[in-house]
Amino acid sequence: MHPNRLLRLAAATLAAGVLLTACGTGTEGGSGGGNEKITLNVNLFGNFGYQDLYAEYQKSHPNITIQERTAAYNDHHRDLITHLATGSGAGDIEGVDTGFIAQMRERGNLFVDLGKDRQSEYLDWKWAASLTKDGKQVGYGTDVGGLAICYRRDLFEKAGMPFDRDQVSAAWGSGWDQYIEFGKRYAAKAPAGSAFFDGGGQLFNAIIGQAPVGYYNEDNAIVVGTSPDVRKAWDLTVKAIQSNLSAKLIGSSQEWNNGFAKDQFATIACPAWMMTKIKDQAKHAAGKWDVASVPGGGGNWGGSYLTVPKQGKHVEEAKKLAAWLTAPEQQAKVFTARGNLPSIPALYDKPDIAQYKDAFFNNAPVGQLFTTAAKQLKPQYQGPRAGDVQTTIRDALVRIEQGKQSSDESWKQMVSDVERLAK
Amino acid sequence: MATYLHQARRAGLSRLDTKGSPYLYILPFFLLFGAFGLFPLLYTAYVSFNDWDLLDSGSHRWVGLANYREMLQDAYFWNALGNTLSIWVLSTVPQLLAALWIAHLLNHRLRARTALRMGVLLPNVTSIVAVTIVFTQLFGRDFGMVNWALGLVGIGPIDWQANTWSSHLAISFIVAWRWTGYNALIYLASMQAIPHHLYEAADLDGASQAQQFRRITVPMLRPTIIFTTVISTIGGLQIMAEPLLFASSQTPTGGSDRQFQTVALFMYEQGFREFRFGYASAVAWTLCLVIAIFAIINFLLTRRIAKDED
Repeated sequence: MHPNRLLRLAAATLAAGVLLTACGTGTEGGSGGGNEKITLNVNLFGNFGYQDLYAEYQKSHPNITIQERTAAYNDHHRDLITHLATGSGAGDIEGVDTGFIAQMRERGNLFVDLGKDRQSEYLDWKWAASLTKDGKQVGYGTDVGGLAICYRRDLFEKAGMPFDRDQVSAAWGSGWDQYIEFGKRYAAKAPAGSAFFDGGGQLFNAIIGQAPVGYYNEDNAIVVGTSPDVRKAWDLTVKAIQSNLSAKLIGSSQEWNNGFAKDQFATIACPAWMMTKIKDQAKHAAGKWDVASVPGGGGNWGGSYLTVPKQGKHVEEAKKLAAWLTAPEQQAKVFTARGNLPSIPALYDKPDIAQYKDAFFNNAPVGQLFTTAAKQLKPQYQGPRAGDVQTTIRDALVRIEQGKQSSDESWKQMVSDVERLAK
Repeated sequence: MATYLHQARRAGLSRLDTKGSPYLYILPFFLLFGAFGLFPLLYTAYVSFNDWDLLDSGSHRWVGLANYREMLQDAYFWNALGNTLSIWVLSTVPQLLAALWIAHLLNHRLRARTALRMGVLLPNVTSIVAVTIVFTQLFGRDFGMVNWALGLVGIGPIDWQANTWSSHLAISFIVAWRWTGYNALIYLASMQAIPHHLYEAADLDGASQAQQFRRITVPMLRPTIIFTTVISTIGGLQIMAEPLLFASSQTPTGGSDRQFQTVALFMYEQGFREFRFGYASAVAWTLCLVIAIFAIINFLLTRRIAKDED
């Protein structure tokens, strides 16, 4: 069974139920009583690592029940935009990824302004990315991605490759070309059914995540067809695919989840939140995973926000919950329990974070690794359709993986598809 | 005088009753149809003549036929139309033939006949989402059961999602699996209305099973065959959930190269990913027209074919 799809189905049923009860009871939100029993719906994608926090919050707020619904990445954002457009159906709190925050920012009037109180806590660029032109804050930052490479020590060892994390980091330290060379040597002796990396789309995201300019320039114009950085990331990814290093899996798909369980790939581009996914999907391989630094150093992929749509029934309570979930103490807890990297720089020097080692990843010093990455991180400007541009490029790389098109054919089609998105 | 008036009024009332109340009885249907059928249909037509951004709180601008013009020049629309027709043919033709044959078998005295008759309907009552998810796994590239079975006879493995033909085949299979039993039951119902003495007479004349099927059953089922063909055409050309869920990419583009994007899916992409409400409405209306045309062609064709059998 596909958990995402089942969840979606469940979410749809739930949504219908919520709508019906909302019609029936007609509670007055924000009337201030404070003791009236209410349910706050939190709609997310992936795993934000909030389960324990909900229990804690409900304990201190006995009148509040928190209901989390999780959908797949693309489905979640599409649903959110639809609910915003139609004026109903959105959760009290909605998670938004970096790839879509600019699109939401443009519709800032549909979100509650979260004010300026917490500006000083956040990384400057994180705060700015969810700020509307007229200075309203539409989302509290949850995490930032950072970038590393997670890899399977045991598979490296079986293929006769260096598997100690410092050696591995050094082997591809100078750039992606070395990563591909390393991969070729791995592939020559790899255990059967194990590719070097998971899929072209994900590799591309990591490489472009290191560039100063991504899909958009700061005037919100798409530069995919003309930016040399995009072409460079494309060529590197195509080279890796054509060297037969890709397991040809699409990120977050059911097949990709299976890929973890079936050891289909030995490395994966690893923002901090990816560690959460690995822990969810590769339970059988605890201790066999490890974390090395990313080729070339630096970079960011992803990171999210919590927003409060205006259409919600309990806007005040939702604001409080969103603020609490993203407060420094909670971000610290999520990092040590799940792996999502805080977006609050004051935490980076706290010993329990900076020195945190993760047993699942063979006691890799993930605290030191990711906080260093976050401090050096040069943010990339994200335009309105960044998430969809990313999906379009992913599809183009899949065409090459499937042997349907040559690199040039696929590139041409991709550029025209991306231009179509901008229409 | 008073009684006369009274009688007249009663007569008037009863005339009103016989003339008027039938309309009253069918009124609920027309009210519902008007609210949920006719109004959306007409409103969609109105929207299709506008440049309408769903996100921009319903702001719109009259553009006449521009959306339709753009659609006719849109290669992705024609691609989707081709895919739709291909999947429709691949799923409907084998489906109806199989349904006819299954109904024929079920019409005989069999052990556990009722259980079997109920059984063929089971695929139809399961959720479309669940069915598609299960089949998507069966048609998986790396660990799918279909590839495993083909591997036993030395074929494959096939990347079902990657190729146009293989994805159409897999999706058609899902559709056919779900609807064959339903059509079989409809055929069975009208088979049971065929007078039994026709078969007895044929038996006496020494006609074989196959001859009886072709000469008696099929011609007698003509109205039902027309009905199922038209209904399957309407359903088959609107296929959307299967190709949407079949894609592991979770996007409405129907594969990396839109190789299995149907018109309904294209409409969904334009409406709910691009939020081009007007353009999506133009596609919707065109799809409606295409369906009407194909339904009429099918009606005429099936009527002719069944006549030739006489």
